[in-house]
Amino acid sequence: MSGRPEGVNMSTIEKTRKALLLSPELCIGCRGCQTACKSWNQLPGMATKNTGTTQNPPDLEPSTYNIIRYSEIPSETHDVRWLFVSRRCMHCDDAGCMKICPAPGALFKTKEGAVAFNKDKCIGCKLCVAGCPFDVPRYDAQDKIGKCNLCADRIAEGLTPACAKTCPTGAIRFGDRDELLSSAKKAGYGKVYGEADLGGLGALYAFKDAPKIYGMNENPAIPESVVFWHKVLKPLSVIGLGGAIAGALIHYAAVGPHKDDEEVK
Amino acid sequence: MTNHWIDIKNADVILVMGSNPAENHPISMKWVMRAQQERGAKLIVVDPRFTRTAAKADVYAAMRSGTDIPFLGGMIKYILDNNLYFKEYVANYTNASFLVNPDFRGPGALDGVFSGYDKEKRKYDKKTWSFQMDENGIPKKDHTLQHPNCVFQLLKKQYSRYTVDKVSSITGTPKEKLLEVYKLYASTGKPNRVGTELYAMGWTQHTIGTQNIRAMTIIQLLLGNVGMAGGGINALRGESNVQGSTDHGLLFHILPGYLSVPSASLTNLAAYIEKYTPKTKDPRSVNWWSNRNKYIASYLKAIYGPSANQDNDFRYTWLPKLDEGMNASWLVLFDQMFKGKFEGFFAWGQNPACSGANAGKVRTALSKLKWMVNVNLFDNETGSFWKGPGMNSKDVQTEVFLLPAASSVEKEGSITNSGRLAQWRYKAIEPIGQSMADSDIMNELYFRVRELYRKQGGKFPAPIVNLTWNYGDKDKNGKIAKIDTHAVAKEINGYNHADVYDKKATPPKLIGKKGELCATFGNLQADGSTSSGNWIYCQSYIMKDGKVVNMMARRGKNDPTKLGLYPEWAWAWPVNRRIIYNRASVDLQGRPWDPKRAVLKWNATKLDAKTNKPGVWEGDVPDGPAPPMNDTGKYPFIMKPDGVGSIFGPGLADGPFPEHYEALECPLEENSMSKQRINPTMKLFAEKEDAFFSCDTRYPFVATTYRVSEHWQTGVLTRHQPWQLEMEPQQFVEMSEELAKEKNIKNGEKVTVSSGRGEIWAIAMVTSRFKPFKVAGTTVHQVGLPWCFGWQYPENGSGGDSSNLLTPTVGDANTMIPETKAFMVNVRKA
Repeated sequence: MSGRPEGVNMSTIEKTRKALLLSPELCIGCRGCQTACKSWNQLPGMATKNTGTTQNPPDLEPSTYNIIRYSEIPSETHDVRWLFVSRRCMHCDDAGCMKICPAPGALFKTKEGAVAFNKDKCIGCKLCVAGCPFDVPRYDAQDKIGKCNLCADRIAEGLTPACAKTCPTGAIRFGDRDELLSSAKKAGYGKVYGEADLGGLGALYAFKDAPKIYGMNENPAIPESVVFWHKVLKPLSVIGLGGAIAGALIHYAAVGPHKDDEEVK
Repeated sequence: MTNHWIDIKNADVILVMGSNPAENHPISMKWVMRAQQERGAKLIVVDPRFTRTAAKADVYAAMRSGTDIPFLGGMIKYILDNNLYFKEYVANYTNASFLVNPDFRGPGALDGVFSGYDKEKRKYDKKTWSFQMDENGIPKKDHTLQHPNCVFQLLKKQYSRYTVDKVSSITGTPKEKLLEVYKLYASTGKPNRVGTELYAMGWTQHTIGTQNIRAMTIIQLLLGNVGMAGGGINALRGESNVQGSTDHGLLFHILPGYLSVPSASLTNLAAYIEKYTPKTKDPRSVNWWSNRNKYIASYLKAIYGPSANQDNDFRYTWLPKLDEGMNASWLVLFDQMFKGKFEGFFAWGQNPACSGANAGKVRTALSKLKWMVNVNLFDNETGSFWKGPGMNSKDVQTEVFLLPAASSVEKEGSITNSGRLAQWRYKAIEPIGQSMADSDIMNELYFRVRELYRKQGGKFPAPIVNLTWNYGDKDKNGKIAKIDTHAVAKEINGYNHADVYDKKATPPKLIGKKGELCATFGNLQADGSTSSGNWIYCQSYIMKDGKVVNMMARRGKNDPTKLGLYPEWAWAWPVNRRIIYNRASVDLQGRPWDPKRAVLKWNATKLDAKTNKPGVWEGDVPDGPAPPMNDTGKYPFIMKPDGVGSIFGPGLADGPFPEHYEALECPLEENSMSKQRINPTMKLFAEKEDAFFSCDTRYPFVATTYRVSEHWQTGVLTRHQPWQLEMEPQQFVEMSEELAKEKNIKNGEKVTVSSGRGEIWAIAMVTSRFKPFKVAGTTVHQVGLPWCFGWQYPENGSGGDSSNLLTPTVGDANTMIPETKAFMVNVRKA
């Protein structure tokens, strides 16, 4: 069972599931997607430093839902190979964050399959951080979650997410998940990253080489402990223990003592 | 651009050299990658640094900054040696067959210079750079291309010196890489293969900038790539409307429509026309510039209105003139300002304190002014120069005014992109606060200046008080309240001031009614019966079927040729031609060289609607309606007096063929091509602030400057934008791992970069994307810096200052564009 909200049933999502197809081979690293995301989602820019790389902010932030990761790796044909890979929420079908989230409605799935959030309902427990195999959720100064929600408000109105809309080269494409999958296969990508992982990701990657070259786990999975505690403890919050208390309990059990914000940023 | 953005998708090979489209023209990469994805096209990137564009390349070749001519010269040699040129095209559509003056000598014979060089004046007498004429005054030709004095043989001789070994030792590009690039690009010499070239400031901003482009033009002509879909030589313009501003006379030496600015010695219109109208005695050459008289008369009529007529030379005497030999380009202007020769300065939509080469000298120059008006969206390093680093504001007497300008979305008007496409844009919101559209700011200024001239007289009031300024409704003082952009656009297009007849027809045929907008520049007249503010834009705003039509506002999506020409989308100059020199895309009988991407084809049986005779061109708007060339018809390059593409180009200051010279500042004691190290015709500036240092151990590393995707020019528009600043917050300097190791510099640490002009701090970006070059047996390191930062914003100084504080005061021998792409610096730990 995955963490789908009541009201949107599985078959509805399967029929209407949308996705992003991310093709690093087509990405030119212009970062129009980073700006478009902030523009649409009204996210502030933050004070950064140049740390010796083009990549900035260095990683996802509560106000940065997507970044381009730049990596220089050896190449057989060129002096170097410079990869540009979009990093963001993967919109898992079997979403670890939702599985572990003790606050009803804080994380929810839209009929398009986007894993969206409601800051008002977020209790700041950060369990979703432990539940995410991709280290995506971030917390703002008010201890509320922030991450890519596939521009849930745009796609609900039939629009394309801001990042895909602005991408000049088609490196970020949005559409019906099935169609994107088959078009990637038609373009010669035998295996599409995210096709079956975690029940199928909503962010599909057309990788020419092994996922690890692009900084991705070969076999992403939700931590076992999260799965276990999800089954045993999470129902308590529904019974009436109270989200925050249940959250703390689950956090301790699943992740260990709370270290501080540094590990979750 | 000879072609246009969408057309890149039609190419088989795309050479990106002298530009970095992924970072500076991201949208263009849509078409580059579509060519790669859908047609299997190959992308070649030649750049000193492995850029974001290089990351998408099929072939990448690193090349030391400033050595494009040897790189391309080697390619010319490769094409000739291996017989890979497009013979029919070269023999018929270029001047390869023309016989050159037997006294002409090249740099091979004269150790680096061409015949006619005057060392004292640093100038050429171009007498020997001429063609041999037959008894009718037409250039002599040898279509077999065998005559020892024909252009083709001289070309062979010139580039026989550019051997792969020599080129490799100059450029630092490995031999096998050179050959890989040459082989791939030269594969487009076949009729069914087309290559395009994309360049930008990486080619122009050198003391040999114009010749860099010339070298590529020669290659494109040899391979038959000019005029073809997917071909041409394409300047990627660095600002959205810089093509438009150049078309409309932005530069000091050209009036709108590329009409020359007169010099003082040309005291009347006839003398001006005589001097600037190219001549040919060859009846097969269209020589379109022979119409110059019509365009200048129509221009004068547009700006001086009813007061201009045939009897008073259309008020030619009112036009501002340049003193004989005067150069009023950027570097010269700021040199003069530095010397205290100006009282006032309008910095309109620019930020010279950061964008100008040798920005330190520019900033000092600003302090010599009595007043400055800064027209911009934001205050910038120019407007606030007096409180900048190293300035003692008490000593600066310059009074600075800031006029806030409206942004592009706060006003209506046309914008012309690199592909010559003039597209109408609409106002989205009203200007914020007190800001105004540029045209309204000019209107306020004009009204006040004119009133002063009217009341006080002044030295020469006539050109000001008689200027046409009918751009809207006037108030009781005679002032226009708000500029109507459409009225300006119509004046640019032009009007018929009398009924206009085609006098070649019998009986003369009415082609334009009095009072109506002029239909096309073919109708413009030299007798004052027409006006046009810019002849190349004539047809952009017309009368059609009794209705006024703004052609630039069209949004038709038809694409009959399937080549992406979209002839009904907006409007392109000239006369909506999307690919210029397109008559070179067909053979002598008018059949497309490549039927799969036919830009044009001649339909010999279809009736011409205008003449009612059989024979019409189908496809793009042809370069003139003349039938195919055949044995007696018109030549295809209608803007050239000889009607053909110039492989031999005698018009430039520094030679009819490109020759390698090192940058003013370079790491080599000697130019291994000849004894002439630097361009012998470049202008050298003499102030101590203009100092330059070659082979000086204090400045051992080659440097270049560039832009980044995240910032716009000097960053005035983007540094205030937190989303952009977040991605690129600080001045950086990219360098190789090898250099960093040598200088004990760690990635991400602050370093000092210095040149003979100044120094700045920068964050070291140590990268495998820069590699040391093996040049003439030694190791040469190169570094690169963006120029989008400035001291004023971010206000805490965290961004650093402009890399133009390092660049030299020297320009291209032809255009005077500054050499900011190759100079020498030092880098050390801060």
